[in-house]
Amino acid sequence: MKLTGSQILLESLGREGVDLVFGYPGGAVINIYDDLFSSPIEHILTRHEQAAVHAADAYARSTGKVGVVIATSGPGATNTVTGIATAYMDSIPMVVITGQVPTPLIGNDAFQEADICGITRPCTKHNYLVKDIRDLARTVKEAFYIARTGRPGPVLIDLPKDVQVSTCDFVYPDSVELRGYKPTYAGNVRQIEKAAQMILQARRPVLYVGGGINLSAANSELLTLAEQTRMPVATTLMAMSAFPQQHPLALGMLGMHGAYCANMSVTECDLLIAIGARFDDRVTGRIDSFAEKARVIHVDIDPTSIKKNVSVDLPIVGDLKDVLAKLNASLTVKGAEVDELIEATTAWRETIDGWKKKHPMTYRSSKSVIKPQFVIEKLRELSADDAIITTEVGQHQMWTAQFFKFTQPRTFLTSGGLGTMGFGLPAALGAQAAFPERQVIDISGDGSFQMNSQELATLMQYQLPVKIAILNNNFLGMVRQWQQMFFEKRYSQTCLGLPIDFVKLAQAYGATGLRATRNDEVEGVIREAFATPGPVLMEFKISREENVLPMVPAGKAIHEMVLAS
Amino acid sequence: MKHTISVLVENEFGVLSRVSGLFSGRGFNIESLSVAPTLDPDTSRMTIVTTGDDRILEQITKQLNKLISTIKVVDFTAKDFIARELALIKVSTEAETRAEALRIVDIFRAKVIDVTPKTYTIEITGAPAKINGIIELLRPMGIKEIVRSGPVVIGRGAKGVAG
Ligand SMILES: Cc1ncc(C[n+]2csc(CCOP(=O)(O)OP(=O)(O)O)c2C)c(N)n1
Repeated sequence: MKLTGSQILLESLGREGVDLVFGYPGGAVINIYDDLFSSPIEHILTRHEQAAVHAADAYARSTGKVGVVIATSGPGATNTVTGIATAYMDSIPMVVITGQVPTPLIGNDAFQEADICGITRPCTKHNYLVKDIRDLARTVKEAFYIARTGRPGPVLIDLPKDVQVSTCDFVYPDSVELRGYKPTYAGNVRQIEKAAQMILQARRPVLYVGGGINLSAANSELLTLAEQTRMPVATTLMAMSAFPQQHPLALGMLGMHGAYCANMSVTECDLLIAIGARFDDRVTGRIDSFAEKARVIHVDIDPTSIKKNVSVDLPIVGDLKDVLAKLNASLTVKGAEVDELIEATTAWRETIDGWKKKHPMTYRSSKSVIKPQFVIEKLRELSADDAIITTEVGQHQMWTAQFFKFTQPRTFLTSGGLGTMGFGLPAALGAQAAFPERQVIDISGDGSFQMNSQELATLMQYQLPVKIAILNNNFLGMVRQWQQMFFEKRYSQTCLGLPIDFVKLAQAYGATGLRATRNDEVEGVIREAFATPGPVLMEFKISREENVLPMVPAGKAIHEMVLAS
Repeated sequence: MKHTISVLVENEFGVLSRVSGLFSGRGFNIESLSVAPTLDPDTSRMTIVTTGDDRILEQITKQLNKLISTIKVVDFTAKDFIARELALIKVSTEAETRAEALRIVDIFRAKVIDVTPKTYTIEITGAPAKINGIIELLRPMGIKEIVRSGPVVIGRGAKGVAG
């Protein structure tokens, strides 16, 4: 049967199991939208293409499935770029479909033409310009395969208008043949055996785990490894929900705003086992003193991550789930030696417990003003265990990572690699669309919130009951903190001027707005918000010049933390 | 250190910019790059000369391999290989230097492919060092223009790199 290009596209999405897409229409995709009108695939209309991409990204982060976006050519396509780069930096599986001007006009500076393949080449895992309708079904198949396999990432398909309307027979391929793309899944057994030996010889081992754990769904394997060897676990921002944070072996976050015990453990360890993490500069601080006493094992599915920033004693390329399962099996048969390891590392765990007691993650509480950390603790206390938390970028993001004790996988969605302000609200939208029954909360700053606040309209249109907690300090707080600490308090362009009435803003969209200005109002506001159906915005007027601590100043080693202001 | 890398890629839209963009985006050097289709019209071979220490070279090879369009990457540097480059050189020739120019062309087994009253245009192929050699000898006469292809390389022996 002959189908048009846009029908082939939607049929192919159906074959990939897509039931929900996020997007925004325009001239170059009007045919696709026409076919969507009668398609079983649901579509959520955001109010900005960037938000559509963040929503699809969070849909993917929370479900593990591939997020899908549709945007028009030119400005629609360029509006997706920040979202795509955000997903790329955090290895999120996503397929973005953009309309393009008709093939005969490409290169002519036609109306709403942008070379989106050229623009997104460095921030996609791969991209395609489909010039021939006969390539379309295969391209969609390949795009989904590339997006979700290996180290996941966004793939863009640019589809000229004439290809959307021409016709051809629809045959969806069963398999993908890409001679240049064969990710390694199975970890090398001999390397894994060596890793087991190195672990058994260690006296001060530490697991350093990153977002790869979530991507590979290796959460239970990680827990088994930690528990059977009693090795402590330091997590990156991307992995805060990958390991239960109330667990006695949890060290919390490491790096620039990491916990004292996490940074000290990494500094003093004799074996660092990096799993699905990539030694980002926000984690390592001064690189030459990072874990300088340790031998390093690095497990990652992406060979380019290994030995990129640090030298590694034992590299293992493979899917974390496979590698950790094999490692656990190898350790299980060495029961007696593992018992000896646990015995021999008792002193190490005592040292770490000493660090935990000496400098716990804490803050100076107040009876009157609202402390942001207190709001986060209350949100944790009053929300469900499986609540999904999204954040924007800034101080509120770091406080969330520090004080919200995540217990379940894929419950913390935040822009780690790119650090994109404006991510949190559309991300909450996407996660809520994926899980209509779960609690979804965007923890936001007043600066970031205004980067995509128009998405309140989308929440209302689809009645997505996202709860928003704005920690309002009337500052671009994180930048202000740097200016306070390193630029003699010259607050250049970080004060946000006249206060905005966020409650009224919520009401303008038809949502509920609540405000707390005193400490004793916090709990009441949260309880009321959680009890109110539909989208609710909570505004907390927090102590304005609160700082995120500990902090490792740029260029310092991670044990050189500033602990108090 | 200088490395010569041979990259077999899918012969498709945008592949050259994927490779060159990788080098510029990550701050790797490209000293020369040549590209043409192989026997199989669906694949092209790129020969890239680059510099860097071992760690950088490891990253370059891994990053090239990571591109979906890349089929095979071979760093020839530690291998037994033959490198050949083509150069076209336009030299000024006064009456008294024409004979000397021809003698140099002869020694290097090069060819004069265009003649004007004031210039010779010389074609030479060979290992890059040989080309550097003829350039040094011709330089005193006055080189007006020089066009080099950058080297292409092939391994010695019976085995080929598929494509
Ligand atoms: C799109 C974007 N622009 C600029 C920045 C730089 N930046 C990082 S944190 C920050 C301040 C964020 O302020 P706010 O959202 O109010 O959060 P707070 O730090 O006050 O909690 C800025 C401007 C960024 N991360 N993203």
